[in-house]
Order: sequence, then structure tokens, then C-alpha cells
Amino acid sequence: MALSGMRGLSVFISDVRNCQNKDQERLRVDKELGNIRTRFKNEKGLTPYEKKKYVWKMLYIHMLGYDVDFGHMEAVSLISAPKYPEKQVGYIVTSCLLNENHDFLRLAINTVRNDIIGRNETFQCLALTMVGNIGGREFAESLAPDVQKLIISSSCRPLVRKKAALCLLRLYRKNPDVVNIDGWADRMAQLLDERDLGVLTSSMSLLVALVSNNHEAYWSSLPKCVKILERLARNQDIPQEYTYYGIPSPWLQVKTMRALQYFPTVEDPNTRRSLFEVLQRILMGTDVVKNVNKNNASHAVLFEALSLVMHLDAEKEMMSQCVALLGKFIAVREPNIRYLGLENMTRMLMVADVQDIIKRHQAQIITSLKDSDISIRRRALDLLYGMCDVSNAKDIVEELLQYLSSSDFAMREELSLKAAILAEKFAPDLSWYVDVILQLIDKAGDFISDDIWFRVVQFVTNNEDLQPYAAAKAREYIDKPAIHETMVKVSAYLLGEHGHLLARRPGCSPKEIFNAIHEKLPTVTMPTIPILLSTYAKILMHTQPPDLELQNQIWSIFHKFESCIDVEIQQRAVEYFALSSKGAALADVLAEMPKFPERQSSLIKKAEDIETDTAEQSAIKLRSQQQVSNALVVTDQRPVNGMTPDVPLTLVKVASTNSKEDLYPEDHISNGENGTVTEVDPQLPSADLLSDLLGPLAIEGPPDAVQSGQSSLSGLEGISDAVDSAAIVPIEGQINAVQPIGSIHERFHTLCFKDSGVLYEDPHIQIGVKAEWRAHQGRLVLFLGNKNTSPLVSVQALILPPSHLKMELSLVPETIPPRAQVQCPLEVVNLRPSRDVAVLDFSYSFGTSLVNIKLRLPAVLNKFLQPLSLSMEEFFPQWKSLSGPPLKLQEVVRGVRPLPLLEMANLFNNCRLMVCPGLDQNPNNLVASTTFYSESMHAMLCLVRIETDPADRTQLRMTVATGDPTLTFELKEFIKEQLVDIPVMSSVPAMAPASSLPINPVSLSNDPGAILAGLL
Amino acid sequence: MTIRFVLMVNKQGQTRLAQYYEYLTLEERRALEGEIVRKCLARTEQQCSFVEHRNYKVVYRRYASLFFLVGVDNDENELAILEFIHLLVETMDHHFGNVCELDIMFHLEKAHFMLEEMVMNGCIVETSKSNILTPIQLME
Repeated sequence: MALSGMRGLSVFISDVRNCQNKDQERLRVDKELGNIRTRFKNEKGLTPYEKKKYVWKMLYIHMLGYDVDFGHMEAVSLISAPKYPEKQVGYIVTSCLLNENHDFLRLAINTVRNDIIGRNETFQCLALTMVGNIGGREFAESLAPDVQKLIISSSCRPLVRKKAALCLLRLYRKNPDVVNIDGWADRMAQLLDERDLGVLTSSMSLLVALVSNNHEAYWSSLPKCVKILERLARNQDIPQEYTYYGIPSPWLQVKTMRALQYFPTVEDPNTRRSLFEVLQRILMGTDVVKNVNKNNASHAVLFEALSLVMHLDAEKEMMSQCVALLGKFIAVREPNIRYLGLENMTRMLMVADVQDIIKRHQAQIITSLKDSDISIRRRALDLLYGMCDVSNAKDIVEELLQYLSSSDFAMREELSLKAAILAEKFAPDLSWYVDVILQLIDKAGDFISDDIWFRVVQFVTNNEDLQPYAAAKAREYIDKPAIHETMVKVSAYLLGEHGHLLARRPGCSPKEIFNAIHEKLPTVTMPTIPILLSTYAKILMHTQPPDLELQNQIWSIFHKFESCIDVEIQQRAVEYFALSSKGAALADVLAEMPKFPERQSSLIKKAEDIETDTAEQSAIKLRSQQQVSNALVVTDQRPVNGMTPDVPLTLVKVASTNSKEDLYPEDHISNGENGTVTEVDPQLPSADLLSDLLGPLAIEGPPDAVQSGQSSLSGLEGISDAVDSAAIVPIEGQINAVQPIGSIHERFHTLCFKDSGVLYEDPHIQIGVKAEWRAHQGRLVLFLGNKNTSPLVSVQALILPPSHLKMELSLVPETIPPRAQVQCPLEVVNLRPSRDVAVLDFSYSFGTSLVNIKLRLPAVLNKFLQPLSLSMEEFFPQWKSLSGPPLKLQEVVRGVRPLPLLEMANLFNNCRLMVCPGLDQNPNNLVASTTFYSESMHAMLCLVRIETDPADRTQLRMTVATGDPTLTFELKEFIKEQLVDIPVMSSVPAMAPASSLPINPVSLSNDPGAILAGLL
Repeated sequence: MTIRFVLMVNKQGQTRLAQYYEYLTLEERRALEGEIVRKCLARTEQQCSFVEHRNYKVVYRRYASLFFLVGVDNDENELAILEFIHLLVETMDHHFGNVCELDIMFHLEKAHFMLEEMVMNGCIVETSKSNILTPIQLME
């Protein structure tokens, strides 16, 4: 086994290989390292050949996992060797041993640059590869222009250019500024015309990185990607060496389709058609074949095509094909395909409205949950978690519980957390929720975090109806032998609080309950004892008439713990003993726990945090964000959030949380900005007279009266610790206790262009809207969802309609039960054209505070428009017949947000003004037409012409013509508002542009709704 | 969508080739290799070729005594990587003729060069065998 002349290296490798154990290996390695070190000391004596040999030895030792902390300089110095073999070793070893922050690397920048700009293409390749692998910021700044030149140079051979493309990718990641977007976008597109598939493959990686950061700048590359796909799919002009088992470079196909997934949509109809033809071909033409490699390669392409179709979404027909394919895949035996089927189905849930179709496969997915392969089980679990809603929560959670007992340890924690979250989110009734959590603790106590049992305690405390049930359940569990310590904690807590509710049942006298719990005391650890002591004190308090024997028994326990080494236990024992001797005072002090303040479930929060943790710039993530945030661009009337009347509120919340952070970056600041949230009459909790007395008990110092009361009384310090910052706690002097989630302004604006979504959300309630519009009538359904575990009371909704709308709201119930959603239809009739907005005055009480919100309703002018496409023959006679004011108004609008024409056309289409391309010869102009419906004038044709100035995108001339002067004026103003104020930044006040407008004739009316809307 | 590392490990868990495309300290590497090698070696032929480990996915394939493990991002196309492993093996086979563990061990530098021609900065550069092998043949 002679190694290209390096005999010493071969000998060393066989020596290491012959070592019997790790110790021998270490000895041999140490000896060699010593040898190399001494040789390097008198470097002058080393021939280049020897240097090379030793450096390879070092690399080998490094690979074995030993630290090589010298010789780096030698490796770097080989880079400047004049001969190829040494230079090569220098580059390779440097990229293996050093990282980008290494000082020595800086010394080499000049040599590297000389190699890159030099004429020797093998040296160029070596240098580009090393920089591509470990180049840092300094390299980015000094080398990027040279590398860019190489990529587009016509005199460079493909073998250099492909490396230069990936080298630039590295430099771009280190410092995005090195790629000047304006200049590079065109070159990138040109680069995709390349014939050489190696260059194309690496350029595609570069493109993926660039578009993932800024797809808008690289629009021109989109059609090129489709061309490449066509070329590959039709197998045109692909050199044989780039086909893999008969498939034209599957890797390039995959990469190209991935790049396409970063563009929100494909607009050009021709490009779109070509792309769908290719996709259709892939979807239909991929068969299962015998050869494993061919099969894998073709399915790699197929799965990427599936992702792309899911992303482009529009072709309903193909979507169902995708679901059908995935349904087939999750049922096959071949584990790889099944794994990918499950994985892609989960992804599909994130982007498309396919929940119902996927539910049909539930049984099959559950089978995979029991597969022998943990990778597959994980995917199945994720999918079940994603597809769970109220309709199947019981089945799915019960499956998970059943599986929990037999599942492996690696998965139990995840499994129990997911089961707990699903039970909480989708519980059809609360007793079921309690059952699930207790079963979870029973089956997987070791994996149940404290959050889970704290949460069930909160639910029970806040719902009186639930308390006897929970106590009875706890009583059943505490009797079982060898229960988990967490079960002891939760049972003891529940029985202490609510055990007295069971008093009349057999086996539930205070004494019997006490005995059952006390039996567990010897088995528990220190942290549980304080909870038990609190329980004993509570039992003692509830024992009426007092039972002397029980009292003595409990007192002796307190007495025993008075000298406990644990300070917490000792203090409780002393204090409970003292308190319980005080007789009547005991009942006051140990009274039942007050309700917990409502807060976001820490479990769900945790799960969300985990999700955002891994949020890299992956296409699927971006995609789910784009779906919502591009509401202005994509004409998509489908309920994106899955907001259908029979879906519960929680679902809406789930769907929107993914992108909430990105959609509403100004979370929590919008209070009082456009909508107003005011808290009326905050009644402060009366000062607890006993809190002074109890002061010392609250060792961990909860921040306010209510909580110090809770924790000191019942030893639930743990729970108050778990209170996250989102908790709404009534504290003295706190105003505006209820903060809306997300910007009310943004939500309103989004809904102006969409027919369903969330109108308002705060920690207690979520108000969703779903609307249908037909001519001058509309039906808007308000979904009022209580997010809490206790009811919302004094709910009131009042509509303040502007004078041009007739609105009728059906009865709104005064109380919304816990976790329930109420639907309130609202009928709307449009009488006249007007831009005024209706307002919903909504209020509810929670705890001591009354919350009042005033929200604008998205029943705006454009909802009564019906897009209309006109031909040239139809348009011009109409346009000419409407001559001059007041029927035809023209205005030069300045301060327009600069938009590419294409985006402006989208904006119009979203406003239901149909852009008619080709009617205006001038490419800088837009012509749109629509029909406006109102009761007073039925259908009225509206024509709009926009003339833009390519030199100055901030101004344009707008002409609006309709058959009614008011309509013409209102429509013109409406469009102007859209052009001037695009709701991208909520820091732009909604009504700011209005101030520069001429006085609105309708706003002179003294209609309260209109005035209020104006104020908002 | 990048390759984080390529490992070649034999049945005894000895690393025969390691190439990382992100910087990890020696300890991190050792721990990572230990954990994922243990996970992959424990799997049977009937199980799928993907293992989820921390925040990556490992796509692996076994050839006789040697395991090829490729760590990728979670959103990588798994099957494409699985076949990329095969392409790598075929390329080595093409060069060595019936490649075996010893070839890779004793021709460490060639194996490295081949991989370097195929993957750069975590991205696939070249998939044509002849293009991959040209520079290596030039060396000889």
C-alpha cells in the first residue's frame, strides 16, 4: 500500500491501525507528534517533501480526534510553496486544521489573493476552495471583487468559475455587503444562462442564498430557473456524465426548484405555464423502479417538486394530486419514502388548507407512530401534533397516551409535552383535560415538567365546576401504590384545596384523605414535603367539627418537622402549627386559593420558543410568513388561517402564531394608536390584612399582594415562580392592564384586502372576522373567542355604523364560556358610496377590570366593488362619454410610495379594481375598471387611469370616472389613500394622508360612527 | 440547505475520513461523532436512512464495513443527499477500482481531494465523475 511516495505516512497509518486499544494508539500518536515537533524545530533542514509528509500525518492525527496544537505555521507556509503538490497540501491542511478566526490565516491573505488573480488555474482553484471553505470577513472585504470578476469572466474555464461562485457565496455570508445587489442581480441572471452544468450547479447554490435574503432583487432570475428546469426535465443537451441513472442531474433539479420556492409567486403567465408543465410531468411521470439509486434520485426530484407545488399552491388540481401522492407514500413499506411522506405532509399542513384530507389518513399515521424506527416515529408524532384539532383531539391524544407506556425514553419527554399541549389546546371539556394530564403524570412522571402540573392546578383553581371532579380523581390516584412523586404533589395539592368537596363520598372523610396522603410522606423527597404540610394544614382547617385525634396527629407531624434541616420545611411546620392553634383565624388564613391570573400557557409558549429557536432561513418558514404578509400582493381570497365557521378559535391562533412575530413587529406598542384599548375603573384588590402577618412565609418574595397571598397560604411558591412575564397581574396604579397582541392597525389593514383573519387579540380574547360580500350586501361573522380558562362576562358589542351603511348585529351573549368561541353574524347593506368606516365598540370584564376596545370594521369601500374586465371597444366609449368634473376627476398625487408597476397593479387587483393590460399603449400607465354596488344606484361602472412617471415614482396622475359625482370623488380619495399609505409601517399614522386631502363632503354629516371612525 | 459535515466511519466506530463545513472545536467533534455513530450503527437495514440529531439531520448509507454519514440542515432534500453519497462512492470506485476501507485509509489525501472537488462550503460543486477525477489524475 504505497501512498503516492509517502512511505512514512503509510507506515504510521498501519501502526495506528495495528494498535490493540486506545492507550496504545495514544502512545503511538504522541510519539509521532513528538517526532514531528522536533523535525519542525529546525525547519531549515526540512525538504518540501518532508514537510508535506508531516503535514499529512498531522491531518490524520487530527482526524483521529487528537489535538494538534503546533505546526499550523508550517501548514500555512506550504501555501506559498511554488510547486503544486506542496501548495495543494498547504491549502487542504489549512482548511482542515484552521478556522476563519485563526491569526495565521491572515498572514496568508496576500498569497491567496495572488493565486486567485494569477494565471495558473490550478492554483486559482486551490485558493478559491480554501477561501470558500474557511474564508472570514477579512477575506470577504479584500477578495470579493476579484472573485466576482472570475465568475463572469469569459476567459475563465468552468472549473475555476464554479469554484468562484461558491467562494462568493461564502464571502457573501460573511459580509452581505460585498455583493452589490443592483449590479449583481443582472449578472446572476446572466450566469444562469450558462451551459456548463458544474458552473450552473454552484451558481444555483449562490442564487438560493441570495434570494433567501432578498427575492425581490432577483426577479429576473426566476424565468431563468424555469428554463433550466425545462432543459433538465426534457433532457435537452445534457452531457451524459451529468445524468445519474438516466436522470439529468437530480441535484441541480432539486436546487433549482428550491430556489424557486423563495419567490412568493410566479406572475408571468407564460413562465408559470412552463413551470407547471414541468411540475406536472414530474408528478405524473415518477414511477417506482427496481434500481434503488434511480428510484431515490427520481424521488428526490419528486419530493422537491411537491414542495414547490405546495408553495405555489394556486393550482388546486395539483394540490390534490400532491395530497394523494403523499397519502400513498405514508402507506408504503419502504422506510425512506414513508419517512419523507410523513415529513412532507407535516410541511403541507403549514402551507395549505388540507387538514381535512390529511385527517383521512389518521389511522395510517398512527400505525407509523408504532414503527420500529425512531426517525419514523418522530415524524409521525410531529404530523399527528400538527393535524390535531378539536374534532380529532380525543382520538389523537388517547393514542399518544397509549403509546407513551411503550415508547422509548428518547421520545417520552417530547411525547408527553405534546400530549399535554394538545389536551390543553383542544380539550372538548375540562374534565377530559384533567384526565389526560393525570394519566400523563401517572405513565411518564419522570418526563413531566413542573409546568405541566402547575397548569392543571391553575385550570382547576379557576373553574369551580371542575373542582369536585379533580379532587375525586386525585383521591383515586393517591390510593394507587408506588405512584410518581409528581402525582403525589398534584394529588396532595388538589385534595388539600378541594378535598372537602368530597366529604360525603365514601372513603373521603378528612381523616381518610389525610391517611392516604400521609402514607406517601416517607417516599417523597424534600421539595415535596412543604406541599404535603400545606395540605395537612388545609385538611385541618376543613375538618368541621374539629377532630381532636386528627389534630393531634397533624400537630405531631408539624412538631417533628420543626427541627427539619430544610429551612422551608422548618418554617412551614412552625408557622402552620402556630396558625392552627389560633382557631378561627386559621380559616381566614388558609382560605381557598384565589383564581390565578390568566396567562399564556407556559407550555405553549415553550413549544413556540422551540419553534422559533430553529427558525433559520428555510424556505418553508419564509413561505409560511409570506403567505400572510403578502396579502397585498397575492390575490388570495381563501381563508389562509383556516378560519372557517366550524373551526375553533384556538386553531386560528395556532395558524397565526407562526408568523406573528414577523407580521407584527411592533407588537404591544399599538395601544391607543389607532384602536383604543382602555381599562375602565380598575378596581384594585383590597389590601390583604393578613399579608403582613404572613409576610415571612413568602420567602421567595412574589411581587404583589395577590400572589404573596397565594404562595404563602398553600406552599405553591413553585407556581408563582412559574408566572411568566406575560401574566396580567392587577397591581396598584397599573393602567391599561390589557395590551392588545399585534397591531390593531395592521390587522385592520390586512382585513381590508382579505375576507378572513384576526381583527383583534389580547391575552383574554381573540376577535376573528370572516366576511362574504355580494353586490351591495355583505355578511360579516365575528368570532369572539375566550382564550381563558374562566368565563368572560359583561360582554357587550355595539356597532356604530356610518350613515352610508345599514348594519345589523345579531345578539351577542353576555358571557363567553371558558375556551369557547361565539359567532355573531353582522348583516351589512351599502346605501351610498363613502369612505367612512364602521366601528365596533366592544367591551368585556375580566376579573376586576373592564376592558373597552373600539375597532374599525373592515366593511370598506372596496368590499362593494366587483372587478370587471373591459375590452378596448367597451372601455373607450365609456371613458369618452364621462367627460370632465364632477363625473371625471383628475388629480396629480405626490408623495406616493414608490412601487414597481407590477406591484401597483397587484394593489389595484387586491382592491378589486381590475387592471386591464394593453388598454393603454404607454407601458407606464395603468387602466383599471370595476363595478360599484350600492342600494341607491345599484351597479355603477368605474374607470380608473393611472399615469406614472418613470423618472419619479413618488408622483402620478390619476383620473377616475364614474356615473356619479360622489362615487367619483370617494373612489378617487380611496385609491389615493391606498397609494400614499401602504400599511407597511404602522408608524405611519393611518389618517396622516387624510389631512392633506380636500375636505371630505360626507364627513360633514354628524353621524357618530363616522366621526368616531375619523378619530380612530 | 447545506451540508454540515461528511464522515466515513467503520463498523468499529473508527473515523476514516472527516470533513466539516462549519467550525466545531475538537471536543464538539469528538462528542458529535461519538453520538451519531452510535445512533447510526444501532440501526437495522429495515430502518430509514435518516437520523435526526440535535438540530441536524444525518443521512447515512452503509457500504460493507464502512458507513458514510452526511450531516445536513433540517430542510435539506434527504434523498438527493443519499444519492450524493452513492455518487461519491461510485467516483471512488471509479478511481480505485472496487474501493474498500483500506483504500480510503491509505489514500487519505486522494479521498480528500475527491470530496473537495465534489463539495465546497457545504454545497455540491460537481457531479460529473470525469470532471471530479481530472485534477486527481493530473496529480499522479
